[in-house]
Amino acid sequence: MSTPGEMGTEDWPLWEVFIRANRGLSHVHVGSLHAPDAEMALRNARDLYTRRNEGISIWVVEATAVTTSDPDRKGEFFESPAGKNYRHAIYYTRAEGVKHL
Amino acid sequence: MSTEEEIDVHGDVSIDQLDLAAELPGSGRTATPEIAEYATRLGDDALILSQQLGWWISRAPELEEDLALGNIALDLLGHARAFLNFAGTASNRDEDEMAFMRDEPEFFNCWLVEQPGNEFGSMLARQLYFSAYQVQLYTALEHSADESLAAIGAKARREVTYHLDHAVMWTLRLAGGTDESRRRLIVALEDMWPYVEELFIDDELTNSLDGIAIRPSSLRAGFDETLAAVFAEAGLELPMARPAATGGRQGRHSTPFGYILAEMQWLARRHPGAKW
Repeated sequence: MSTPGEMGTEDWPLWEVFIRANRGLSHVHVGSLHAPDAEMALRNARDLYTRRNEGISIWVVEATAVTTSDPDRKGEFFESPAGKNYRHAIYYTRAEGVKHL
Repeated sequence: MSTEEEIDVHGDVSIDQLDLAAELPGSGRTATPEIAEYATRLGDDALILSQQLGWWISRAPELEEDLALGNIALDLLGHARAFLNFAGTASNRDEDEMAFMRDEPEFFNCWLVEQPGNEFGSMLARQLYFSAYQVQLYTALEHSADESLAAIGAKARREVTYHLDHAVMWTLRLAGGTDESRRRLIVALEDMWPYVEELFIDDELTNSLDGIAIRPSSLRAGFDETLAAVFAEAGLELPMARPAATGGRQGRHSTPFGYILAEMQWLARRHPGAKW
């Protein structure tokens, strides 16, 4: 796969590929590819990412439709959860008499 | 052969560790000479087309298409192995001997698969016609009275259905793309059309294997229906070119065939029994 923008002739957009391995699991990002449109992207994803029985369902999303968090600002962006262990269930002890937990 | 637990099929395996014949659908039975000849025709069609598609690896317009054509070629190679392994049981030859040690007149593939497809449009036209034919063929073969042919047909049908889908997708896009893509597609579809006729010719062999072989003429209506729908959606006229002289089922081949065989067979013949 060429680097986007490297070739002057390049006109196929980039697509992000998500694959679900089994029933009950969720779709997981596996990589990206180039394709002229969504239908072809789905087929290219099938050909690139499911050659060894990796999946039973594929999603493709045009890369420009994905909004990402800024990697340079991850410090402040993800600071808040630090020091808030009470958000984890394991922090609590089960009250006496509570069933089905 | 080692047991399955000892082999990590996704790891660094040597090809000899896996029992190649055992993974082939329809293996373990012996073919009669007539059924073997029929299986050889189907196997040779798949083998030669697979070899032809291999040329495209690294030459497709994008890496994604390299992979798509490579996958299709490998599907076809799988079908060829199953057919030729089964056909070889009638003459005590293994799949490699069938593929690499036969000479040109002993190959019974149709002329369509040996036509040059080194331009994207020609390759696509060949794929479109041949996949549409194979979908009809394997859908019928799945119900063959011969259980090996039926098993191979059942496995192959689902794979060639994807091959047809791939060819249809590209046909629609090139037909509806630029003036240049449409013009080149139309030329390619016209140029490959004369070799379609041979796919549907009955002969003594297919007539004699009633219920076992699929009568080629019985597949024409379904093929025409498939093509008519694709051409209508693409806004194209059906090609008018007249049928070409052929003879693949009798072992007579067109000029390009010798070069295809030479490239496919030279290594196995130069180094008999070579392992990799």
